[in-house]
Amino acid sequence: MATVQDIEIPDSATRNALALEDLQDMQGEKMVLNMGPSHPATHGVLRIVLELDGELITKAAPDVGFLHRGDEKIAENMTYTQFIPYTDRLDYLAPLANNVAYALAVEKLLGVHDKLPPRCQYIRVMCAELARISSHLLGLGAFSMDMGAVTVFLLTFTEREKIYNLCESLTGARLTTSYTRIGGVARDLPPGWVEQCRKFLDEVVVNINEAETLLTRNRIWVDRVRDLAVISKADAIDYGLSGPNLRGSGIEYDLRKNQPYLCYKDLDFDIPVGSTGDCYDRYLVRMEEMRQSVRIIHQCLEKIPGGADNKSKEPINVDDGKIVLPPKQKVMSSMEELIHQFMLVTEGVNCPPGETYFGHENPKGELGFYINSKGGGTPYRMKIRSPSFVNLSIIPKIFPGCMMSDTVAILGSLDFVMGECDR
Amino acid sequence: MLNLDLVNQLKAKFGDIISEPTEFRGEITVKLADAEKIVEVCECAKTKLGFDYLVDISSIDNYGEDPRWTMVYHLRNFTNGAELRIKTNVSEEKSELPTVLSVWATSNWHEREIYDMMGIRFSGHPDLRRILMWEGYPYFPLRKDFPLAGKPTNVPDVAFTRVTPMEGGPFVTLPSSNDAITREPRVRVPEGAEPGLSDKQLAKK
Repeated sequence: MATVQDIEIPDSATRNALALEDLQDMQGEKMVLNMGPSHPATHGVLRIVLELDGELITKAAPDVGFLHRGDEKIAENMTYTQFIPYTDRLDYLAPLANNVAYALAVEKLLGVHDKLPPRCQYIRVMCAELARISSHLLGLGAFSMDMGAVTVFLLTFTEREKIYNLCESLTGARLTTSYTRIGGVARDLPPGWVEQCRKFLDEVVVNINEAETLLTRNRIWVDRVRDLAVISKADAIDYGLSGPNLRGSGIEYDLRKNQPYLCYKDLDFDIPVGSTGDCYDRYLVRMEEMRQSVRIIHQCLEKIPGGADNKSKEPINVDDGKIVLPPKQKVMSSMEELIHQFMLVTEGVNCPPGETYFGHENPKGELGFYINSKGGGTPYRMKIRSPSFVNLSIIPKIFPGCMMSDTVAILGSLDFVMGECDR
Repeated sequence: MLNLDLVNQLKAKFGDIISEPTEFRGEITVKLADAEKIVEVCECAKTKLGFDYLVDISSIDNYGEDPRWTMVYHLRNFTNGAELRIKTNVSEEKSELPTVLSVWATSNWHEREIYDMMGIRFSGHPDLRRILMWEGYPYFPLRKDFPLAGKPTNVPDVAFTRVTPMEGGPFVTLPSSNDAITREPRVRVPEGAEPGLSDKQLAKK
């Protein structure tokens, strides 16, 4: 009977190798971290499932849809005019721009988009640009606050408050503006609005400059955002980016210049583009876009037909009783206007059969409406091409290789809004 | 005209499966007869004709007609600004066509959305999951036979849906040439479902 048992004692070299193997196993273990849907840096309800190796992100899977309300289904079941309030709730940081985009899309289907009276066009351009400033201010404030610069947030929100006041006196509402109508706008500029707007423009430039002095050459800011999440030109096009995210990558494409609508071709403005496509470039592009928007609104206030108080009674709506509601006075006294009013309210604007796509340069990118009509007052199918949805689809591409702490910076620089992404 | 030139080049390459272009409000649309060829056509449009940017993919439910699905691809050329819409039909029995993911990376989420909303599948798509609705949701809500009020569903521990009460709700009309009463029913209860209850009514129960 054997009483001796062989015990295997490894020599020191083998022991070290074994220990290293164990260690590598531990290093190689990936951790899955759930970020969101309720996280302050996700600006709404975005969930990202991150796979981490230490502090390094190896995989990112965004999960969207928490704010899905079925806007496209709703649109199929109501008249074109009834859908205007729903557009407020797409990009709820720039409701005026959504109103303009939607009205133009339906007008294109109707074939009246190039027959809009000039005063209406100028008012709409001012609305869209005010919305752009408002959206970029919020984007900048939230971006910098996520990075720890709370002062900028306070500065930009002071200015946004003034834009909301302008919206309130123009439309009657601060957030849910519903200002445009098919074929025009709901009402003319109120008395004193032009002066109020000029005053705001002078003040906002001062504050943008102050925010710029706090950030653009700030060592901490630059170190955190420069060369981070670089999106190459080819990737930006391949992933269908639009708006400041596309231009940040150095592609000079802006629907206001490349497919001019409204009166943009009569206005003088520049399109800022980035050079490397990192977070810093996207930040710089948004900064400059705000200045360009101020420039555009100044020109509009100068050139608007009829001036501030519209003494010459310039029309603000298309002159077509089958598209725009007639004045109430005439509805009560004239047969034809009564019929128009009745038909518009019950049947909606009678659109021809056909299909059109209209893309609008919204603050977040290209907001497009594809409308398929079989005639009548309701769309057969309406697809909303939302910029935030498309812009977010690049996350799995740019996140891997970044640090965990960079996620908030990248999300801030992409500047998305979930109301529009999820529709 | 630039857009028409490009379409004619596409027609010269693929022949009869590309229809004559139609123009409406300055937008050019061509129909592709064979949905299986969509990848080749898109590849050619991208590499030969410079349509490097895919703006959007939409789908249309032609409920009651055959073929039931129409896919709409909206292409743009960044260099010269040309735009083109390609439409192709897919039958209900098949409900599947190849993915264009190899041509444009952006089609990934667009195709997932179409699968989620209408239930059209994309062969070759690596990650064809629901995107806006949750995993396990049994219906395709953007189909024309899915009621506006919704249908009751329940995925335990994930999410549930109830039928929405429509009484006194927003003024909604159905797109058809019927009379106003048929087109605007205030209560639209889906077949086989209990009528929707408001929160007040539910509390009483």
